Amino acid sequence: MSGELLLNAVIAGILLGGFYAAVTVGISISFGILDIVNIAHPAFVIVGSYVTYYVNAQFGIDPILAGILVLPLFYGLGAGIYQVYYVSFERRGKEALSGLAFFFGILFIAEVLLILAFGVDYRDVRASYIGQSLNFGIFHFPLRMLVPCLASLAMFAFLLIFLTRTFIGRAIMAVAQDQLALRLMAADPVKIKRIAFAISIATAALAGSFLIIIQPVEPSVGREYIGRVFAICVLGGLGSLTGTLIGAILLGIVESITATFYGPSWAPAVAFGLLLLTLALRPAGIMGR
Amino acid sequence: MSAPLLDVAGLGKRFGGFVALDGIDLSIAAGERVGLIGPNGSGKSTLVNCLSGTLINEIGSVKFDGTELAGLPAHQRTRLGLARSFQLPRPFSSMTVGDNIRVPLIYAVNARSHGRLSESDIATRCDGLLGLVGLADRARDFPRDLTQVDMRKLELARAMAAEPKLLIADEAMAGLSGSEVNDIVELLIMLNERGVTVILIEHIMSAVMRFSKRLVVLVSGRKIADGRPDDVIRNPEVERAYLG
Amino acid sequence: MKWWTFLITATIVAAAVFAGIRALNNDYYFFAGYTVLQFVVLATAWNILGGYTGYVNFGSAAFFAVGVYTTVFLHKTYPLPVPLQIVAAGIVSGLVGLGMGYLTLRLRGAFFAIATLALAVVLQTIIVNWSYVGGARGAYVLRPATIEIVGNYIHYLFLVMLGLAVIALTTARAIEKSSLGYGFATIRDDELAAEASGVPTLKLKLIATTLSGAFMGMAGAPFPYIQAYVQPNAVFGLEYAVNSIAMPIIGGTASWIGPLVGAILLGTLQQVATVTISSAVNVLIVGLLLVAFVIVAPNGIVGVVQKAWRRKL
Repeated sequence: MSGELLLNAVIAGILLGGFYAAVTVGISISFGILDIVNIAHPAFVIVGSYVTYYVNAQFGIDPILAGILVLPLFYGLGAGIYQVYYVSFERRGKEALSGLAFFFGILFIAEVLLILAFGVDYRDVRASYIGQSLNFGIFHFPLRMLVPCLASLAMFAFLLIFLTRTFIGRAIMAVAQDQLALRLMAADPVKIKRIAFAISIATAALAGSFLIIIQPVEPSVGREYIGRVFAICVLGGLGSLTGTLIGAILLGIVESITATFYGPSWAPAVAFGLLLLTLALRPAGIMGR
Repeated sequence: MSAPLLDVAGLGKRFGGFVALDGIDLSIAAGERVGLIGPNGSGKSTLVNCLSGTLINEIGSVKFDGTELAGLPAHQRTRLGLARSFQLPRPFSSMTVGDNIRVPLIYAVNARSHGRLSESDIATRCDGLLGLVGLADRARDFPRDLTQVDMRKLELARAMAAEPKLLIADEAMAGLSGSEVNDIVELLIMLNERGVTVILIEHIMSAVMRFSKRLVVLVSGRKIADGRPDDVIRNPEVERAYLG
Repeated sequence: MKWWTFLITATIVAAAVFAGIRALNNDYYFFAGYTVLQFVVLATAWNILGGYTGYVNFGSAAFFAVGVYTTVFLHKTYPLPVPLQIVAAGIVSGLVGLGMGYLTLRLRGAFFAIATLALAVVLQTIIVNWSYVGGARGAYVLRPATIEIVGNYIHYLFLVMLGLAVIALTTARAIEKSSLGYGFATIRDDELAAEASGVPTLKLKLIATTLSGAFMGMAGAPFPYIQAYVQPNAVFGLEYAVNSIAMPIIGGTASWIGPLVGAILLGTLQQVATVTISSAVNVLIVGLLLVAFVIVAPNGIVGVVQKAWRRKL
């Protein structure tokens, strides 16, 4: 076991973890704060990847820039989906089965639409920094991972500031605990939740533009991320943003080491195995809300 | 002097850094009528949840009818004879009122008796309970068609269907009118006369004073008074808790 | 109607179906029919856990695959006649269901659902890396041409699946009408209140996961024989996951009839669609129908029919 190999696997893991945090932060909002089990979240990441691919291929725009440009689109999509979800399920109080089935359906519809539109071949993007690497002696920082990681951390920091310093952001954090207080503050809880969910979808799409820089994508890649995303949430503690970051980096490192020494085909199982273990070892006192 | 029916010693429960219950000692003999009061957030519901098994208390012990309850899931405690009703009624919405009552008969009482109850036994007891709470003519209706009062009666009846030795009624009367409150108090008194020990948790003082032969006061997770109702309400600490 | 009456009635209906399709004298109908019956079993199995108990299983493909690969494994090691393969598959996948249930059922329903997804991916990764059962390259299973009494082996597999469907439906119906069914319904309606009413929720949930998993595995057991070539991507593919959920939800989750109706309708629709359009569009339609029904008619087709019936009276 080469020390240099291990070291660079850890570095790659940290970089990957930063990116994973960006993918997961949306779920921290929709699941951790709004208590909506949006298992279709990774589908929006992949859709974001494909939209980025399209813009990059057609107009030559840098992928991250492309991702930022289409944010309003995904924000609107998220708001629309929340509206349907709210009217159909949350208001009727039937969230459990129906809500899960709803998002599951969306997951599949998204995946199949992508297959029909783009086929099952891998797609990737062109950017000047892909293929290059920052090297400091034995430390290697591939730019295709470093750039998305930095962008992810920037997005993460931006969200953190938004959620803790702005009125709407704080209302979002509060909506889970105290809807009455929100109403008294003349803020409509439903509108706040809609904004929060729309943000979560927008972050997913932006993370998608980072993803396609790191690796080529094809429609079913989203499914691997379901386990990753929820594993990170559970590891890091629901609703805690810093916990999400730590959990993401941990997972990134474990996955990277596994991939380096045991082969990449085992990587998806790591997250899911970790998730199962974490769920299994949780204390038995958790029942219902 | 026989052993108490419910023996709580040093019960403690925390949620992260927040101490919800702090060293609660409570000893209740069979046949008592106990009122439990306290301001909002004093830990009453947490106490009920710890006793019934919905929550797990890390500290202290609870003995019911001689059996240590630690580690026993809620359904086992119900089978042992400790039943609770929920503050906000939680009926089984996909079943009729009658079927709601049958569930504890099938799962708590039947599991308990060493000769199994026959179908007709269950039916008789079910009808009896519905008649007792005045829901006999609503047996075929669904919970969503019931009025507030009837929902609460159903909630109580379902707890009673488990044929408990101890019934904890958690704010069964909130939002009811004066006469409706009386109905429920009468019901609980009648239950007690049949041998069921009752702990009534309530905010409506008239109901509490009418029902309780003993009053326990909880403030900020601690028991600050425990005795005869007339004495307890004159306790200066209790006055302060409610007024100041 | 007592359960054995139902069993006999169902068997007679099944026999009539078999005779009818034999009369058509075209192997295609047997293949198509086999697929529909397979979905009847999968949908019914899913519904025991999802519809009756309220715990959503997204990883039906995993249990189905356990059944498929138990057969592949046994076929290589020690070939057994198909009915015994089914029993073996049922035991293995039942145990997997029990194990997974034990790990995750003390948590909220949402976590259970996510865990089932996780299981599917973990299992797929294991199978892809396990060369004894073919790994990513796939495994070939030789199918005998004939078998005594029935003759054509395909007809035989169809008959076996028909029998399995009858058993699954009888079991589902028997559960529904029993006190076990009551218990499941209380868990679905309000698990906290169920516990308070004396229902041993963990034990019942474990029974549900084990039964559900076992039947899904049994549905997968004859698959290698009818397909002859087994590849992980196909077995863990989209159609099984979506259909196991869509068919009961579209049919109606409240009773045993819903999954049957959903499986027959959607199954037949898909057989037609796969021939005329692509299989991707196939899955798209199912996904769209699932979302539509969940929003507009959450009680499924059976629910809609029941409502119309009641209005008439």
